[in-house]
Amino acid sequence: MSQTNDFAIRFANVNGTGSASANNLILRAIFRMGVPVSGKNYFPSNIQGLPTWYEIRVSKDGYMGRAAAFDLVIAMNAETYARDVRSVRSGGWLLHDSTWPLSPALKRDDIQYLGVPLAQLCNGLFDTPRDRVLMKNIAYAGVLAALHDIDIKEVDRLLEEQYAKKPALADSNKIALRLGHDYATKHFRCPLPVRLERMNKTGEHILIDGNSATALGCLYAGATVAAWYPITPATSVMDSFTAYCKKFRKDPDTGKNLFCIVQAEDELAAMGMVLGASWNGARAFTSTAGPGVSLMQELLGFAYYAEIPAVLIDVQRTGPSTGMPTRTQQSDILICALASHGDTKHIVLFPSNPTECFELSVAAFDLAERFQTPVFVLSDLDIGMNDWMSPELKWDDSYRPDRGRVMGAEEVAKLGKKFQRYSDEDSEGVTSRTLPGVDPRAAFFTRGSGHNKFGVYTEIPEEYQEVMERLSRKHKGAAGRVPTPVIRRAGGNGKSAPARVGLVSLGGGDAAMNEAVDRLAAQGLVTDYMRVRAYPFSPEVEAFLAEHEVNYVVEQNRDGQLRSLMLLDTEIPKSKLKSVPIYSGFPLAASEVVDAICKLEGRDLPAPGALANEKDTKRLQA
Amino acid sequence: MSFIPKPVARHPGMLPNKIGLTLRDYEGSMSTLCAGCGHDSISAAIIQAYYELDMPPHRVAKLSGIGCSSKTPTYFLGGAHGFNSAHGRMAAIATGANAANRAINYIGVSGDGDSLSIGLGHLCHAIRRNLDIMYVLENNGVYGLTKGQFSAATDVGSRSKKGEANVMSPIDPVILALSLGIGFVARSFSGDKKQLVPILKAAIKYKGFALIDIISPCVTFNDHEGSTKSYRHTRKNQLPVLQSDFVAAGDQEITADYEAGSTKRVKLHDGGEVVFRKVPEDYDPHSREKVVDYIESHTRNGEILTGLLYFDESKPDMHGVAGTVDEPLNAVPYEKLCPGSAALKKMQAGLR
Repeated sequence: MSQTNDFAIRFANVNGTGSASANNLILRAIFRMGVPVSGKNYFPSNIQGLPTWYEIRVSKDGYMGRAAAFDLVIAMNAETYARDVRSVRSGGWLLHDSTWPLSPALKRDDIQYLGVPLAQLCNGLFDTPRDRVLMKNIAYAGVLAALHDIDIKEVDRLLEEQYAKKPALADSNKIALRLGHDYATKHFRCPLPVRLERMNKTGEHILIDGNSATALGCLYAGATVAAWYPITPATSVMDSFTAYCKKFRKDPDTGKNLFCIVQAEDELAAMGMVLGASWNGARAFTSTAGPGVSLMQELLGFAYYAEIPAVLIDVQRTGPSTGMPTRTQQSDILICALASHGDTKHIVLFPSNPTECFELSVAAFDLAERFQTPVFVLSDLDIGMNDWMSPELKWDDSYRPDRGRVMGAEEVAKLGKKFQRYSDEDSEGVTSRTLPGVDPRAAFFTRGSGHNKFGVYTEIPEEYQEVMERLSRKHKGAAGRVPTPVIRRAGGNGKSAPARVGLVSLGGGDAAMNEAVDRLAAQGLVTDYMRVRAYPFSPEVEAFLAEHEVNYVVEQNRDGQLRSLMLLDTEIPKSKLKSVPIYSGFPLAASEVVDAICKLEGRDLPAPGALANEKDTKRLQA
Repeated sequence: MSFIPKPVARHPGMLPNKIGLTLRDYEGSMSTLCAGCGHDSISAAIIQAYYELDMPPHRVAKLSGIGCSSKTPTYFLGGAHGFNSAHGRMAAIATGANAANRAINYIGVSGDGDSLSIGLGHLCHAIRRNLDIMYVLENNGVYGLTKGQFSAATDVGSRSKKGEANVMSPIDPVILALSLGIGFVARSFSGDKKQLVPILKAAIKYKGFALIDIISPCVTFNDHEGSTKSYRHTRKNQLPVLQSDFVAAGDQEITADYEAGSTKRVKLHDGGEVVFRKVPEDYDPHSREKVVDYIESHTRNGEILTGLLYFDESKPDMHGVAGTVDEPLNAVPYEKLCPGSAALKKMQAGLR
């Protein structure tokens, strides 16, 4: 069976041994051969010594979802060796270090073993223990280049670029690369049937993780103040933002910073800093994960009630509580949509890939300032920290920020009276604000306590309710401005009648969902697919749900949080929305969706084989 | 938080300051605190200080947390934007506000519950960052708005209104701040406006974190026999160690007031001066170790040392450390912030 440009490989490593750069080398070389590719990292909440896996999926069809079966596994970690041997699909290959004999207990007779004495080869060539460990990784990259027909010149070029300033290092890496490559060529029948062939499908594309794209979005949106507290998997948002600011945000005349990034003492403070800065008219944001969102609840309610813009990037991880910090999930939907005590509702955006992380981060600032309220960008670990092949990010130089209704000194002077903060409602329920320092007549008091439309403290029921009702109108009004859902109809997006079954999803599951739609169709189950991109829901969301006999809401949490929110905010009967929770902590795989939908539809499951193996994989990983 | 309109009162003979404003222009709305509350005296001193400094009220931003003290920004500087935030969070919000606009003056008002319990972490870290703010801690040693619980500033042995004695050690914000490397720390008494106003003026002009711990008796819950933060106890035990004056840049200084040999002068960044007078021989307001020793030795004797206790203007503020541009970030035009499409394209060439 030939699987040209359609296979998955898995690297089993020990964290802290430098394997990431070797794995990345393979990923990039494949990408440069024009073949669609994605990489996912499964790492422990630890710095050194624990098992870590990296998976590369090569897909000529451009599927970016998690591969659930592995054609080849590189077993570099003795501790997980037994598990890794079992994770190879039937008929697949296992690459191992044959410096040491393979235990007969680990033998499977339905896979092939590729033994390369990596340690022995590297010990002969490199002197220091650290070099030997590092070069072992490069050596297996060389083996893979031979096995999969990866153009070794592409790998050479990547090494030359990486070590442009240290040519000696580039040379020793190339030696290690050849070491593996030559050994494989000599001892195995290269290439394997799971191999590469040049394509031209990666032009105009880049390899990027979502957190970097989010940081770029914040940079391009004009954010100047950022406050944060370190947390996995959101830390790299701020790391990237800092790096981009240092590169692009130095004042050309003075060399000083056109940004202020504060590492806060906790997430409560981070949120407070964002509010203080936004109140003062700067674009400000924070990045965090679920535990941080829990702590930010208090001031999110404040921002909602006092109507202060704020942008919060939530890179979701597995909850509840500390949960599994290095695993992905979509379980912060409800806590973000309804954050804080009292009647509160927020705007939440759901990017599904790095491109949308970039675009929706910019949109978040515009929405936050237009509606003077917190806006969440709900990313997740899979989007945020994994390597995605993504269309090149585009920027429209005519873009100018939507600063919303902010009155300057002149406008306040024209009022002919003292400025009143919450009284001149527009058609979307938004009122004008002023910034401190502008004019004495513009002054008002920002408070989280009960206030009337003049911004004055009140305990009078009618006055209190008047403001609360407007806030509700304002949130509903935002539904007309947020990104609309992406709908893919089985009959094309023309006037064809809807399918019986609607699939609904959000966020990073999209890659697997699109693949699942194709696979279901191939099995004869025709579906329409809607990916929700924002809360409050655009009118299109309810229309889609209404026109399908049944809607399967696929989301990566236990309790069907998106479904719950739909039931709260639409008139759709419960019976029309079926929950499909897939929330292991791993990114969604198309086979998981196909499997679940088939079961719910009472259909036969896809033929065993790959699927049986996937279940093994899941069990082994968990 | 008053919704009672404040009666317009004309003060005959009230002089306009250099920018043509009278004291009335620095007032806020009517106080709703208990009659005789120390906090109202502090508000009056704050009004006086800004008035004397000729500062336009709208160039000040006033922030607070939650509690009786945190209500007071409503009662002064009606022409300034106010931010009555959440309990304990004022320092964090002020940090963000200052990050966005370094060009306006910040006053934070808080109490001992707000600052020393629920917001203690934020206070400490704002001091560490040397946030440019005057932080007024109106310290009454009690939770007033929730009716009389002990606070973290209640002294050991101090009794509640019901007679219960506190046994837990208090947090002394002055000692705490000194341990965190603060550059300006003072203690005063709400009943001593003469001492308080010059301290406030120096704090407003100080570039960095200026903490003023002001003993401010709670007439309703903590002004009884057995309380160590009552008017009577504070008056009896207050020991004004340092008297300071503030001389604004360019002001004609009247030197006749000062006895020769007993004054110390410190220049502020904008040319103003803090003048200490009647400094005890064994006191050095620039030596952190000596100041800590001096305060603690008097605290042991039950004395409340007041005055501008420690002063150092050599440390850079938050923006100085961060290397931020001089112009406020909220005023930087977008065109200067966005790298544009060409830079994005170029940057992405490295992502292949």
